[in-house]
Amino acid sequence: MTASAAEIASAVREGNARASDVVEAALATIRMHDPVLNAFTTVTQERAQATAAALDARRARGEELGPLAGVPFAVKNLFDIAGLPTLAGSKINREHPPAARDATLIERLGAAGAILVGALNMGEYAYDFTGENVHDGPSRNPHDKSRMTGGSSGGSASAVGGRLVPLSLGSDTNGSIRVPSSLCGIFGLKPTYGRLSRARTFPFVASLDHLGPFARNVGDLALAYDAMQGHDPDDPVCVERPIEPVLPRIDDGIGNVRIAVAGGYFRKGAAPEALLAVERAAAALKVERDIEIPEAARARAAAYVITATEGAALHLDRLRTRAGDFDPAVRDRLIAGAMVPATLVNKAQKFRRWYRERMLELFTHVDVILAPATPCCAPLIGQQTFVLDGVELPVRANLGIYTQPISFIGLPVAAVPVPLKPLPIGVQIIAAPWREELALKVARSLERAGVVAAPEPPV
Amino acid sequence: MGTQGDPLDDFIDAAAHALELPLDPAWRPAVKANLLVTLRQAALVSELVLPDDAEPAPVFRA
Repeated sequence: MTASAAEIASAVREGNARASDVVEAALATIRMHDPVLNAFTTVTQERAQATAAALDARRARGEELGPLAGVPFAVKNLFDIAGLPTLAGSKINREHPPAARDATLIERLGAAGAILVGALNMGEYAYDFTGENVHDGPSRNPHDKSRMTGGSSGGSASAVGGRLVPLSLGSDTNGSIRVPSSLCGIFGLKPTYGRLSRARTFPFVASLDHLGPFARNVGDLALAYDAMQGHDPDDPVCVERPIEPVLPRIDDGIGNVRIAVAGGYFRKGAAPEALLAVERAAAALKVERDIEIPEAARARAAAYVITATEGAALHLDRLRTRAGDFDPAVRDRLIAGAMVPATLVNKAQKFRRWYRERMLELFTHVDVILAPATPCCAPLIGQQTFVLDGVELPVRANLGIYTQPISFIGLPVAAVPVPLKPLPIGVQIIAAPWREELALKVARSLERAGVVAAPEPPV
Repeated sequence: MGTQGDPLDDFIDAAAHALELPLDPAWRPAVKANLLVTLRQAALVSELVLPDDAEPAPVFRA
């Protein structure tokens, strides 16, 4: 699929393309390339064809179609899809009954005219930064099939990076949208915690879970984000804020936006390509200012503790009865998490509020912070360790060192790809809570300057 | 099955028993390694002394 979501929607709305033809083209592309990329775990062919036919019939009757009319999209397989069990990357959930109703965000994209074409591969129960899955096999990086997609939303990034679909959805607890965006060279948005409804998705760490879109350009990202905004009583965390559309203002410019580069922790351990990507973005934005995010290492540590323990709490009964059916790498982390004393978790939660207050103070002096999304480009599939700052560390737990201190307090981030050779790498554009529009405007400015772009996957 | 008197081994045994968590001997080294990392991260968090009245992040509202 070479057309953007906006181009497809425009063509379908104006009658220059039929949704049915768009969907057939997407299905053919998936059939051709997914055997290699392994991004999809289910292709919802019949549903997609029926939805497209209904959309074309509405157009023929003269009805106005939505802003995502005919746009094929796919979702990480922790989103409920009516009629399918919600796998969340696991073997155990395959025995679950089929979901009765789609997740809220699928319904909202559907209401805007987008057409669901399938469910996407992910790391088991989202406890993953690699995109590998012991049950379904690894999703593969579209720019080098021997390399990781990043996780846990690996299939979501592979599908968009490989041009199987122009739009996908994923989740981000500690970096699972931003890490795969970086490794696969695409755009990802992790909105503010509580902005988008998580209703009818399989959780991981309720106090850190976010959902968001992936796309190949900033306009499509904003288009999808705008269509998904709005309060949802089915998610108790989803806030009652008015919808704040970004797309109409995306080209307003960033003249007065104060931007700085995160120093200290966010440089330590970064490979030269990660630093180069941030430098390019900073240079294009004429940013010379550095800023220190206070106690970022401790923030990452506290996120680590809360994740291990809340994740273990979610899965405790399954660990007792079905331990042998987990991915061993996930199981061993969850069992360890179950043993961490609650006193330490409470300290992490106290630190979380303290750190949030420091960060809000920081945002009185700066509007947007740039930081690497990952410490390096995509590692090889199966690679167990890498060297950061001279120290050999496990890949699985450490690809998210730069994303974890940010999601820990729910800040909105646009992850944008710098198309370095031979592999792309991402930059985080971080804004204060509820200022998604600032992150997306800066992303747009970098896109217009030609500094960030989703590289074409090899044919 | 604590080995060489490492209190963490004793803790893992006791916790697995008390929580009714199966612990295959083959999983034990990875579980211990993960627990060690998590406890180290928790220690890093605890090193920053916060006031007694510091409010934890999740706030319940009735």
